[in-house]
Amino acid sequence: MTYIPHSPKERDAMLATIGVKNLEDLFKDIPAKHRFPDLDLPPALTEMEAAAELAGYADANETTQSFVSFLGAGAYNHYIPAAIDHILRRGEFYTAYTPYQPEISQGTLQAIFEYQSMMTLLTGMEVSNASHYDGATAVAEAANMAYAQFRGKRTRMVISPTVNPQYRETLRTYTQGMGLTLAGDDTRANLDGGPETIEKLIDENTALVIVQYPDYFGRIYDYTRLADAVHAAGALFCVTANPTALAILKTPGEMGADIVVGEGQPLGIPLSFGGPYLGFFTTQKKYIHKMAGRLVGETVDNRGQRAFVLTLTAREQHIKRERATSNICSNQGLLALASAVYLSLLGQTGFRQVAELCYHKAHYAAEQISKLKGYHLCFDTPFFHEFSVCCPKPVAEINAHLLEHGILGGYDLGQDYPALKDHMLIAVTEMNTREEIDLLVEILEEVSHD
Amino acid sequence: MIENTVPMEKPKVVEPTLFELSSPGRSGVTFPQPDVPVASLPKSLLRKELPLPELAEVDVIRHYMHLSKFNYSVDGGFYPLGSCTMKYNPKINEDIARLPGFAFTHPLQPIESVQGNMALLYTMQEWLKEISGFKAVTLQPSAGAQGELTGVLIMRAYHQSRGDTKRIKMLIPDSAHGTNPASSGMIGLQIVQIPSDKHGNVDLAALKAECDDTVVGLMLTNPNTLGLFDEHLEEVVKTIHACGGLVYGDGANLNALLGVLRPGDAGIDLMHFNLHKTFSTPHGGGGPGSGPVGVTASLADFLPAPIVDIVDEGDDDIPPLYGFINPPKTIGRVKSFHGHFGVILRAFTYIAMHGPEGLRQISEYAVLNANYLLARLRSTYNVPYDRICMHEFVAEGMVEGSDVRALDIAKRLMDYDFHPPTNYFPMIVHEALMIEPTETENKDTLDAFAEALIKIAAEAKTNPELLHEAPHKTPFGRMDEVKAARELVLCCWLPEDYASS
Repeated sequence: MTYIPHSPKERDAMLATIGVKNLEDLFKDIPAKHRFPDLDLPPALTEMEAAAELAGYADANETTQSFVSFLGAGAYNHYIPAAIDHILRRGEFYTAYTPYQPEISQGTLQAIFEYQSMMTLLTGMEVSNASHYDGATAVAEAANMAYAQFRGKRTRMVISPTVNPQYRETLRTYTQGMGLTLAGDDTRANLDGGPETIEKLIDENTALVIVQYPDYFGRIYDYTRLADAVHAAGALFCVTANPTALAILKTPGEMGADIVVGEGQPLGIPLSFGGPYLGFFTTQKKYIHKMAGRLVGETVDNRGQRAFVLTLTAREQHIKRERATSNICSNQGLLALASAVYLSLLGQTGFRQVAELCYHKAHYAAEQISKLKGYHLCFDTPFFHEFSVCCPKPVAEINAHLLEHGILGGYDLGQDYPALKDHMLIAVTEMNTREEIDLLVEILEEVSHD
Repeated sequence: MIENTVPMEKPKVVEPTLFELSSPGRSGVTFPQPDVPVASLPKSLLRKELPLPELAEVDVIRHYMHLSKFNYSVDGGFYPLGSCTMKYNPKINEDIARLPGFAFTHPLQPIESVQGNMALLYTMQEWLKEISGFKAVTLQPSAGAQGELTGVLIMRAYHQSRGDTKRIKMLIPDSAHGTNPASSGMIGLQIVQIPSDKHGNVDLAALKAECDDTVVGLMLTNPNTLGLFDEHLEEVVKTIHACGGLVYGDGANLNALLGVLRPGDAGIDLMHFNLHKTFSTPHGGGGPGSGPVGVTASLADFLPAPIVDIVDEGDDDIPPLYGFINPPKTIGRVKSFHGHFGVILRAFTYIAMHGPEGLRQISEYAVLNANYLLARLRSTYNVPYDRICMHEFVAEGMVEGSDVRALDIAKRLMDYDFHPPTNYFPMIVHEALMIEPTETENKDTLDAFAEALIKIAAEAKTNPELLHEAPHKTPFGRMDEVKAARELVLCCWLPEDYASS
């Protein structure tokens, strides 16, 4: 079926107004030899048939609902309060375009303004844009911003090997052709050295230093000293942070970060096999003109009402074209709304509660697993809700066994770090009950005997 | 703070912010007490405070309900925003994307536990190939602009792989979207702007003058942003290929071409799709979009990694096993995970429900609606490139004998309960009003819109002030944009307030 509302009579009347005989007459500019190809696609389904067909695909998956999940590594299984989707399903929000006409877009504009306010609070920064595609691209855009800030005169970027491998890979893709050197992006480097190992990589040509907080292995470091070293070299300091961790942890802003970005998925956004998620991007006001993305500012309308508009739009591609810092146009507006609703529903109490539950449960799991023969925690640094475990067998083998018991095991770190063969990255959130953790521990023990 | 000598009138607050609504001690959602022993928190690493708003669920719901009423939307009315394809977003798509079997899958699950997702992604790649005439597709790019970046990186990698390293020029017509030059600029290419001729086509002579062995390629939007199909497409493609360049198709306007022309058949080398335009996924107040890229066989090896393929054919009893593979000369990953899966689901549902004939009808009726509006409006508003258009057209927002501008006309349309067309783009039309009705609007709506625009043209002569000060009937009036840019109040508090709190 289609969503075309024309009756044959209306169509014919319209064709007559245009002055053509039939619909084909409207396509005479199309090269005749390629015009109206036969498409080899399945025949149209009715809504009823499509619903059944798609349910068939969905039913062929196991999920974090049908299974117990300890998977994280950049996407986290958190509880999503029911109210969020009810807001997102308002056609006024999800079927609107970018708020270029502020007189009839104040809903979106005020919601973004509030989102900006909450994100800057969370990260300890002064300004927030209204989103990038995900954490990985937000990191890449931080590099773009730093490059622009130094007008291309500093060509070295330092990135910790303990930044999410997919973020590093995205950064490598984005910076092709920019003539940059990426330092630190080496998975064979010492992963146990902490921020000091990064400090050594900074020089006078360094534009930006990027670290993750907590890092890819869940470890929490205070980056204050590193930030000082970065600033002493005249470079900018970017932290990619997990927003749930920021509910309880010292803000990157307090440590001296210039740019704080990250993956906003933990803030009320479904796992949905990896997207769409939310790249948040916050920085200090002095860098605002080099920051990409949309920005909402407060103003008044001609009736004396407080109102909001997109501001400093001259930075963006539709005006600045090839001189824009970024090409971003469509962003993650609806996901930014989801995260704002999430934070406003949880408030400071609920949000801290989530973070603390993650922390306590992860520490319980880590303690129980570390007691098992053959398993041990790789690092002794404080961690948040994720930790890496050295296993007695290949992770794929263990995970296959866990899967048979209805458990989605942790991420196989050996895929990204040759030195971490047989290492599993386990994430625990408020969604995991003590019984589930105990079951994981039980099966892990069982596997080690097999 | 400096005291103003003349007290400023405080602006009227129509809807308080979440922070203004907050009352300490309220909570919208609570969580269970820990069922495990409480671990000690690392004291030196904790934040001091987190002054998020505190609200009950009902406060939050009412706040966003109030805000939603200030928004114009496709569900609420006609949204003829040129270049944006604001078609109706079918409700079934929303339900499908939220099926637990999809929404609760983790992107890093063992591949055998997500074969439903994998089969669907594989099928979507196949369908987009068939619709576009390309030989390989990546679903990874997040939006049209990221699809463009992916495309220009592929073009660059292709030339470099052949040792052809002196190609640094990207040719871009003057009617192009700003994202085209911005995407090329991001990877350090030189942009050469190609003018349009008097019929709205790429100026062939100017194009030929720029074609040499330093050309990476041409970024071509076709139909272009005037809504016109380039009458010399074949020659344009031949010219670029003759100098060793590649032709990138900006798929923003694919809504005119479904079942009408497969860009791959016409010699285009690669193109991005905008699932949020052509395939009905909602625009979400700015996003998310999804920008898959299709390429010819010779570019397939350069696609972002990973893409979905059949890794084990299976047999009569065992279904095929789908997995991720990395193209051998991949440009790398352009984002985390596998693309905007939730958006792809919606577009997949839409294609499944249309089938081959339905897809062709989409474009036929999108073009019918645009030409109908053009026919009804051309005697009132000047259309500088006036011929049979595709899915959109561009008129001049000016009225003879009146000083009103496109902006005034756009704002006045709001009083008639229509969303204005895109204005001041493309830049090659003076006072541009870019009108894209899409196929999902009926004749009554188009007639009402045309009549409103005709009436506004009359008002422009008799009462121009009415237009200068429009809109009048909307909840908010014209904005002081200068104040916003000068004062830069970008949060509910000033940074110094936070620092001193």
